Amino acid sequence: MKRTFTALSLFVIVSLLLAACGGAATEAPVVTEAPVVTEAPVVTEAPPAAFECTDAIGCVTVAPDEPVHIAYLLVISGANETLGVDSRNGAEIAIADHGQVLGHDVSFTGEDGGCSAEGGQPAATRLAADPTIVGVIGTSCSSEARVAMPLLSAAGFSMISASNTAPDLTLAGNENQWPGYFRTAHSDLIQGAAAADFAYNSLGLRTIATIHDGSLYADKLAEVFRGAFEDLGGTVSGQGAVTPDQTDMSGILADIAAGQPELIYYPIFMPAGAFITLQARQTAGLENVYLMGADGLFSPDVAAGSGAAVEGFLVSSPDLTAFGSAYLTDFVPKYLEMFGTEPISIFHAHAYDAIGLMLTAIEQVAVQDADGTLHIGRQALRDALYATTNYPGLTGSLTCSPTGDCANPVIAVYEYHFVDGAGVYPPERIWP
Amino acid sequence: MLRTLRQRTTFTDIVIWAIGLAIAVVVVIGTISTLRSGKYSVETWIDLFISGLSLGSVYALIALGYTLVYGILRMINFAHSEVFMSGPFTAVFVAQALNGAGLLERSPVLSLLLITLVSAGVSCTIAILLERIAYRPLRKAPRLVPLITAIGASFFLQYAFRGLFGSGIQAYPSIPALEGAWTLGTIRFFKTDIVIILSALAMMLVLYSIVQKTKMGKAMRAVSEDKEVATLMGIDVDRVIVVTFALGGASAGVAGILYALAFPIVNFYMGFTPSIKAFTAAVLGGIGNVPGAFIGAMVLGVVESVGPNLFLDGLGIPSPNQLKDLLAFVILVFILIFRPTGILGERLTQTKA
Repeated sequence: MKRTFTALSLFVIVSLLLAACGGAATEAPVVTEAPVVTEAPVVTEAPPAAFECTDAIGCVTVAPDEPVHIAYLLVISGANETLGVDSRNGAEIAIADHGQVLGHDVSFTGEDGGCSAEGGQPAATRLAADPTIVGVIGTSCSSEARVAMPLLSAAGFSMISASNTAPDLTLAGNENQWPGYFRTAHSDLIQGAAAADFAYNSLGLRTIATIHDGSLYADKLAEVFRGAFEDLGGTVSGQGAVTPDQTDMSGILADIAAGQPELIYYPIFMPAGAFITLQARQTAGLENVYLMGADGLFSPDVAAGSGAAVEGFLVSSPDLTAFGSAYLTDFVPKYLEMFGTEPISIFHAHAYDAIGLMLTAIEQVAVQDADGTLHIGRQALRDALYATTNYPGLTGSLTCSPTGDCANPVIAVYEYHFVDGAGVYPPERIWP
Repeated sequence: MLRTLRQRTTFTDIVIWAIGLAIAVVVVIGTISTLRSGKYSVETWIDLFISGLSLGSVYALIALGYTLVYGILRMINFAHSEVFMSGPFTAVFVAQALNGAGLLERSPVLSLLLITLVSAGVSCTIAILLERIAYRPLRKAPRLVPLITAIGASFFLQYAFRGLFGSGIQAYPSIPALEGAWTLGTIRFFKTDIVIILSALAMMLVLYSIVQKTKMGKAMRAVSEDKEVATLMGIDVDRVIVVTFALGGASAGVAGILYALAFPIVNFYMGFTPSIKAFTAAVLGGIGNVPGAFIGAMVLGVVESVGPNLFLDGLGIPSPNQLKDLLAFVILVFILIFRPTGILGERLTQTKA
């Protein structure tokens, strides 16, 4: 018995070792080959007619039969997966719509950023190590962008986010504003002000409170909202914070209730957002206050996870009706056809435009050899993106600022309803 | 007398006592200044207290699984968090189906019982399989080996469920029968809280009487006392251990449903936080001790719920509720400084492995 066990263990160890060696053997060429593919034409082959890269931060070379490599860095698993998967869907539709780039296919691969700094950092490290990548679509969440962008910027990539909204990412002179960063989503300076305008002027409220979850996005948006509301003449009766995985909100809600606000703004994510909605209705003094979230809570999961308390829950978010007519007649049917569902979050059209901007800029700057080889200067690509003016996108006419703000932002307020024992998605647009 | 005291007190003791004293002072000062500010009404405190009790009841049922297994095997079953997750994460599909058929609204009691049975069944099965596949082959191994295995099994189960049901969230439908509250004067008792507390109490009583009153319970206590002697007395130790895991698993499954009544969103990662709290509760009460787990869980639940507002608000700390987990663990440290064996102490002998 003991001998068979020893023999078996030996066998397992040997086979593990063999497998490990085998893996190394197959992987080795990939490691060495990667630089060869991209740099070989530049460094080794130098016949007189060959392209010479003069770009300040290097070039990407795409061989005749190779695809143009665009990567994504989105949240595609976990509680906020609808946010990232929705963006990825939008991007895939854009790639299908655009077709080939100067005779090359587009390959679209990516990493999961998990909607957190802890997830964004390793994902960005992996992307930055791949020199075939021309540009990145992402990130989903501002916390990811804050840690990913230093790495991707240093690698020479251009990144266009469809859903980062934290103001500092495109604020000139800010430490979180990096060269090569662009976004088609609005800055929360606009969303926060619009939400405050709605609360103060449309609902006629004078006292509000905010809750954030410690994430860059939520913290900044709550801050902008409070500032804008006070500028209008309102009062902030309280502010608090929770942790993203917190379930019991009774303590923070009791704290908020003590200030007797008329509205609570909590621009956070799922599932904490649903727990606040549910438990606020059970907190003395908060039974009838307005509850309001932001674009992070524009999701079918909100309608499904908040029970009857979802009735009347408000969210500020990009205004889908402000999009061009092609959105409803063309984009949504394609989404339905390719993915079998209506859009599952709010930033799919922004991702569609992000791909559009990226591929258009690549076509502008790419130098093509006679055999079809493409040379794309990384700085040239950034310059072309910064120079974007009046690009006819799905979300409107897009013009990029010198810090990478490309959005044409129109914010609306939506209201969720609870009908026949179930929350309704998408929520109803009620303002403006 | 004084000299012996001085000889016995080491520098470490003084530091530890100083930490304990500092925690006590912060708590007392915070409490006094919060109460003097009069920010919260009596009703608010009662609300927080009740929600703490209901959270504590769920912790208690999970803690039971840790403490029963520890009592018998002297091993921390770190995969218990996944035993807890597997039940409600599976039963959510039953709940959604029942809701789709309209049964949840028409006969809520029957539906809830069915959902609970499914959840308890799944958790129980997972616990038994875990014991059979992961732990039994290692029964004679050094104590660290099953501990590491438990961590591995925990990851395995987590990602197995992620593969099965996806990494997104699933929501329990709202149950109309459990909405609203009963009022007694100015005090409100939410139906969910009451149902959670009463069900957990009932479940605790059943488990406690199994351990104390039945023949199997007697066998469990005997194995816990000394495995070799129990074997000599004709007790089937393997069977006792399986029953222990089954009981712990079933109670975790019930706890899962009660947890989902209060927080109706489940995902593959949901087991981590409540289970680490339940483990804390088990240690707090004295691990290996069934009533200890219950008391520890209740203390922890209430401290977590009332604590941030009571202890920290008055100190002017911004967003004290972000620190609620910290507070729970500080209280654990505090109690362990003064009672290293937990509130009810360790009634079991230390000699067996």
